[in-house]
Amino acid sequence: MASQFDVIILGGGPAGYVGAIRSAQLGLSTALIEKEKLGGVCVNIGCIPTKALLHSAYIASLLSEAKEFGVEAGAVKTDYGVAMQRSRKVSDQNSKGVEYLMKKNKVTVVKGAGVLQPGRKVKVGNDVYEAKKAVLIATGSRVKGLPQIGLEINKTTVISSDEALFLEKAPPSMAIIGAGAVGMEFANIFHAFGTKVTLIEALPRILPLEDVEASDALAKSYKKRGIEVIAGAKVKKGTVGKDKVTLEVEANGATQKIEVATVLMAAGRAVNTENIGLAECGVQVTDRGFIKVDQNLQTTAPGYYAIGDVAGPPMLAHKGMREGVTVAELVAGKKPHAIRYDNVPSVTYCHPEVASIGLTEDQCKERKVDYVAGRFPFSANGRARGTGETEGFVKILRDKKYGEILGAHIVGGHASEIIHELAVARENEYTVEEVELAIHAHPTMSEAVAQAALDSLGRVVDM
Amino acid sequence: MEEGRVVKWHKRDGDPVKAGETLAEVETDKAVMDLVARADGVLRQVAATEGQTVAVGSVVAVIAAAGEAVGAAPASAPKPAPAPPGSGERGAVPSAAVAADATRVKASPLARRIAKEAGVDLKLVTGTGPGGRVTKRDLEARAVVAQPAAERAVPLPAPRSPVVMRGGEAYQDVPLTQIRKTIAKRLAASLGPIPHFFLTTEVDMERASEARDALNKQLGDQGRVSFNDIIIKATAHALTKHPACNAWFQEDHIRYWHEVHIGMAVAVEDGLITPVIRNAELKSLADIGREAKELAEKARSRRLQPSEYTGSTFSVSNLGMFDIDQFTAVINPPEAGIIAIGSIAQKPVVVEGQLAPRRRMRITMSCDHRVIDGATGAAFLKTLKQMLENPLAMLL
Repeated sequence: MASQFDVIILGGGPAGYVGAIRSAQLGLSTALIEKEKLGGVCVNIGCIPTKALLHSAYIASLLSEAKEFGVEAGAVKTDYGVAMQRSRKVSDQNSKGVEYLMKKNKVTVVKGAGVLQPGRKVKVGNDVYEAKKAVLIATGSRVKGLPQIGLEINKTTVISSDEALFLEKAPPSMAIIGAGAVGMEFANIFHAFGTKVTLIEALPRILPLEDVEASDALAKSYKKRGIEVIAGAKVKKGTVGKDKVTLEVEANGATQKIEVATVLMAAGRAVNTENIGLAECGVQVTDRGFIKVDQNLQTTAPGYYAIGDVAGPPMLAHKGMREGVTVAELVAGKKPHAIRYDNVPSVTYCHPEVASIGLTEDQCKERKVDYVAGRFPFSANGRARGTGETEGFVKILRDKKYGEILGAHIVGGHASEIIHELAVARENEYTVEEVELAIHAHPTMSEAVAQAALDSLGRVVDM
Repeated sequence: MEEGRVVKWHKRDGDPVKAGETLAEVETDKAVMDLVARADGVLRQVAATEGQTVAVGSVVAVIAAAGEAVGAAPASAPKPAPAPPGSGERGAVPSAAVAADATRVKASPLARRIAKEAGVDLKLVTGTGPGGRVTKRDLEARAVVAQPAAERAVPLPAPRSPVVMRGGEAYQDVPLTQIRKTIAKRLAASLGPIPHFFLTTEVDMERASEARDALNKQLGDQGRVSFNDIIIKATAHALTKHPACNAWFQEDHIRYWHEVHIGMAVAVEDGLITPVIRNAELKSLADIGREAKELAEKARSRRLQPSEYTGSTFSVSNLGMFDIDQFTAVINPPEAGIIAIGSIAQKPVVVEGQLAPRRRMRITMSCDHRVIDGATGAAFLKTLKQMLENPLAMLL
């Protein structure tokens, strides 16, 4: 007889493990199947280790400017290998943390590759597990290369973030293809560790999904510190040699050859939907390869749900975590609050950080929304001046008539922490006036949020 | 809705009340509604007397906890005079107390702002946010439209008895009732600023009559289909084919509706009201018949809920039963059109070269020229005429 659980979750990344904890909290017997380490891409080869490396990069740049602050550190020497080892420890701690959480919540963890079977069953090796209530598919996504132009990931000269996170030393030169969050963060890391970085983006600007002003601010900041940025560029061909790669890049009507030691592919991800028995169970996928789900995240096969990256964009850990919670509650017979996909914050942890929520100014224009933009630069913020983090700004787009916060964009130190005030505001439908009315401590970077809200009302104080 | 008249108190000062119990009946713009207790406690400080008109948001009473000390009752005037300086005891305390329990509505700041602008009473909106909180989406679902804010009317004395003809005085002044005031405001806001034009057509109702007879025979004692029901159904159907006429004029944009909600003008004792048959295009004739009857009865007994008389996309007004041949109806803004139905009468008509008696009916459409042009309205009316002349066409 098959082992029975109320809920079986395939994949132990952020969506899966959070869904497992919530299921267990609601009294459902829960099994989590994971073929690698608990925590998924996020904990092991994504969010967490990159944040550790970015902090090493930050310390390197801080030390190189320390003299200005009256602190002499001598010549700064960096060692990517040491930073990498530290980032691995951080990842391992987090993965162990997830293991502990599974034990604490009495979630049964099954190690191995699971394959779905009809009748809400999952086969792992020779064992079959049966779910009485639901199977949650949370198999996540992986990096992908561009084999069509000769840039298949070979793990030596053409690598992905998976390999970049385990390099023993920083390469002398690197071309990063794709200037979304991943490309931006690695450009920042490797540049700080002495690599000559060329950042190549196919779309007309880096961070193409962010507000134009955020893209422009980052392009300016990167160029100023010596990172070469080529946007609106087409990589026509990649020639892979033994220890170098030559790229033919067309941009602004001219073709140039770029020779680098390493190419880092940071252009998009592919979802893990192969060989997990989707078709056999009647689980259909969309034209873009994601699992087709209804508004309750149920797939085309009743009793099978999809959460996280496989359920569709945005492919962000925090979006997957929320989906895990929501589906667990649905399965337990609760009526969870509907997920507001228009209110998922987006963060890039490069320096300066970029954080945003809601609509960009271009989207406001496209939708013909009557909006007003309020801005406040960190160069006018007392706390930012004190810490020397004067790059960037807070920009709030508000509805002209009612003051609804349509979108918010922050570039600057700690933007990733500051954005949540606006996430809470939007979730609760506070307008710019409620944000401004809340007293902000002085001096803080967050004051810039209140000032941007005031600016949108034509009442900015500190400028 | 800006003010209401307290018709009757069901509870007296000092009565214990439970949440959900009816405290009083209040006559609003268009209906008499129950004022329901939102908390358990004791009714105190009843400030509005029966027959008194009070502004929305003003204090009519306080629900206090048993034994709770509350300030002295405010004077039963609509606007309590501000407390003279120094007499702190009987100041504005009660209104704050009421805002905290009796009239509290959970709503997001954004929803409050939109509702205020649109003149919507949040108490009447069902909230779908956490804990029943009213959110922007809930207001969008009600298709709230910003209506021009009228200046706040001065509270009027309670209406006296209606006009009675008798010798002596040359005239008698009768204060406007809530419904008369609303009608006056709404209709002046229609014929004045809206550039109306009118289109009339005569429809042969022979086949519609036959269809109606056959349907009623089949329905037996399960209800009856009236001409009005057939007209509503045909109108809804024709509107789906002419969406340009199923629209709202919204100052800076036109909202074309994908759903058809037909407002049906109903005469009531001292005015008229247009209850709404929602999604009439999707409903069967029998359903429309039942719903129309129910709504008309509710309208006459003044028990319509606001949700039952708002949100129509097009209206039908029928004075056929009063033997009116044809008339022009006033558009119910923000709708862009209304049709006025005359009586069905036998007339001599030339059919295939022969004079024959036929049942005929005149329809006059009033169009808002800002939304509907002559040819647009005419094309809609032609479709409607075809459907009424050949009811089977509705099945196509």
